[in-house]
Amino acid sequence: MEKFIKHSGTAVPLRRSNVDTDQIIPAVYLKRITKSGFEDGLFAAWRNDPAFELNQPQYKSATILVAGPDFGTGSSREHAVWALQNYGFKVVLSSRFADIFRGNSQKAGLLTVILPQDEIEKIWLEIESKPETTITVDLDSKTVSYAGTTIAFAIDDYTRWRLMEGLDDIGLTFTKIDQVSNFEEKRASFKPKTLPIR
Amino acid sequence: MGKTLAEKIWAEHVVSSTAGEPDLLYIDLHLIHEVTSPQAFDGLRLADRKVRRPDLTIATEDHNVPTLNIDKPIADPVSKLQVDTLRKNCAEFGVRIHSLGDVEQGIVHVVGPQLGITQPGMTIVCGDSHTSTHGAFGALAFGIGTSEVEHVLATQTLPLIRPKTMAINVDGNLKPGVTSKDIILAVIAKIGTGGGQGYVLEYRGSAIRALSMEARMTICNMSIEAGARAGLIAPDQTTFDYVKGKPHAPSGADWDLALAYWRTLVTDNDATFDKEIYLNADDLAPFVTWGTNPGQGLPLSESVPNPADFTNPEDRGAAERALEYMDLKPGTPLKSIKVDTVFLGSCTNGRIEDLRSAAEVIKGKKIASSLRLLVVPGSARVRLQAESEGLDKVFLDAGAEWRSAGCSMCLGMNPDQLKPGERAASTSNRNFEGRQGKGGRTHLVSPLVAAATALKGTLSSPADL
Repeated sequence: MEKFIKHSGTAVPLRRSNVDTDQIIPAVYLKRITKSGFEDGLFAAWRNDPAFELNQPQYKSATILVAGPDFGTGSSREHAVWALQNYGFKVVLSSRFADIFRGNSQKAGLLTVILPQDEIEKIWLEIESKPETTITVDLDSKTVSYAGTTIAFAIDDYTRWRLMEGLDDIGLTFTKIDQVSNFEEKRASFKPKTLPIR
Repeated sequence: MGKTLAEKIWAEHVVSSTAGEPDLLYIDLHLIHEVTSPQAFDGLRLADRKVRRPDLTIATEDHNVPTLNIDKPIADPVSKLQVDTLRKNCAEFGVRIHSLGDVEQGIVHVVGPQLGITQPGMTIVCGDSHTSTHGAFGALAFGIGTSEVEHVLATQTLPLIRPKTMAINVDGNLKPGVTSKDIILAVIAKIGTGGGQGYVLEYRGSAIRALSMEARMTICNMSIEAGARAGLIAPDQTTFDYVKGKPHAPSGADWDLALAYWRTLVTDNDATFDKEIYLNADDLAPFVTWGTNPGQGLPLSESVPNPADFTNPEDRGAAERALEYMDLKPGTPLKSIKVDTVFLGSCTNGRIEDLRSAAEVIKGKKIASSLRLLVVPGSARVRLQAESEGLDKVFLDAGAEWRSAGCSMCLGMNPDQLKPGERAASTSNRNFEGRQGKGGRTHLVSPLVAAATALKGTLSSPADL
C-alpha cells in the first residue's frame, strides 16, 4: 500500500446523504477481476447528468471528495473504494461513513476523514464559491486546512500509523502467526469443517 | 459484570489483544463467491501465500449466475470470466466450491445454513454485506471487503476493533399478515440507515423468540441496512432443532459438547448494552418502502410522505430526491401504487418458508395481467424442496416465472433486471437507485405483500384481496 502522510488538492462537493455503494459503483461494473479500470463506473448513473458535480469543468481535477452524511452505505464491495481511487480521489471527507466502506478504505489506502457536519457545510460553501481552493489533509498532524481554516480530526493511532507507513495488514498478522497456530490447537472438536464434504 | 452475547463470542475468538491495536480475531468460517474474491486470490499469488484453512472455506456461485438455461454456458462473457476465475482459484487453492448446476449451489447465505456449517457461537465472514444473515444462529457474522477476504484466506484471522452493542427489544405478538420482514423494515425506519453504525445488534424479546429460524434470518440479514455490520439472535431450542441432522451438524458426543456450549450463548442478565431500542410487535403492520434507502419505509396503509414535513434538512433533501427518482407524489396512498414486476427471492426472502407463504396466497389465482412475477429460489435445494411440495406449479399456474437459484434481480448483476422506469415490489433488501437495473424503482416488501401485490397489481397485503 502507498504511504499516506499529507495530501493537497482541490475538492468537489457532493451534497447528498446516504450515497450507497450501488451509487458509487453499480453492480454491473463489478465483473472485472482486477483492482483497476473501475473509474468509468464511478457514480455511473449520475455521470450521465451534465449538471452532476463531477461533470463540471471546475471540479475536473479534484482529488478530494466532500460528501454528505452516511457515505458508503450498503454493499461491502471494495470496488467502491477502488473506483474512487482509480478516478483520482485520495481523500473523502464526510460527517459519517458506513462501517464496511470505512474499513475497506483504510485497507486500500483511501483516506476517509470524519468532520462535523457544520464543518462539511462550510467546506461546501467555500469550494462552491471558490472551486480552486486547495485543501490540505495532513495525517501527521491530523488536520484538514483550507483558506486559513484548520480543523482537527480524530483517527485511531493504529490505523494512522499503518496508513503513514503504507503497511500491509496481512504482513503484520503474519508476525503473530504462531499465536494463530496456538489458538487453532485449542479450538473445539465440534466446530464444523467444510472438508471433507458430507 | 455480565457479558452480552456479542461480547462472549468476541472473547472466545480473540487470538491476540494488544492495547492500542485492534484485536486479532479468529474466523471459524469463510464463505466465498465470484464477485469479491478474484482480486484476493490474485493477492495471494503475488505474495506466494496459500489458503491457510481450505477446510474452513467454501465457495458458491450466486451473484452473477443466470437463472435460466443454467445447463448452457453463461452467455455474458464478462460474467463467465468471473465465474470461471472463481472455479480456477478454488481448484488451485483447494477450496470446496458449489458451481452452477450442483445441487448445493445457491446464494451463499442460504447455502451455509442448509449445509449446517452455520452454527451458534461461530465467527463467520464473507465478502458480502448480507453475511449478517448467519447471526440468526447466534453467530457473529459480518460482511468484509476484498482486502479482508485476502486477509482471511491467508491467515484465517482479521484485525478488528470491538463494536459496541445495541439491543433491539421486540415484545408482543405479530398480527396475522405481519412478518419478520415487517419487523426489520420498521426497525430500520426507526433508527435510520446509519443508526446501527459501529454496533452489533442483538434482537431480543418474545416476538423474536416466537420466530422460526428462517424468519430470524430475514431480520438479521437486513441489520446492515440499519448500518450495523452484524445482527444476532441468541440460540434456543428453535435453533438447535434446525441445526440438528444437517450434513455438517455435530453428531454423537460432539453434539452433546456443542449443545452444552451453545446453551451458554445468551446475554447475561446483568450485562448492559451500549444502547437499547424497543418495539411493540402488536403495533406493527405490513411495511413497504417508498424511497431509495431502506429507512424510507411506512406501513402499507399510509401515504407517500411530503418532504416538507421532514424537520431534518438532510432527510428532507433525501426525501425530495427519492420521490423524484421514484416518480411519486406526496399524499399518494401507498396501496394505489401500480407495479410492473414482483420479485420473490434473495438472501432476505428466498427460503422455503418464504415461497410457501407466498404460494399460499397465490394458490388457485392468477397474477394481474399488467405485471410479471419472478420467483427465484435462494438455492438449488430450496428449488427442489419447493418442487417436491408442488409450489412451482402454484406459481406457474398463476402465471409466474419459476427460475433457478441465485441473487438474480436483487442486484441485477445477471440478466434479471428492471428496465428504466419499471417499478417493482421486491422481497429483497435494497431499494437504492438503480439497484435492480438502471432506472428501475424498488419497493421493499415481505413475501406476503409481494404475493398479494402480484395478484392485485398495486401494492397490497393479503388482507386487501
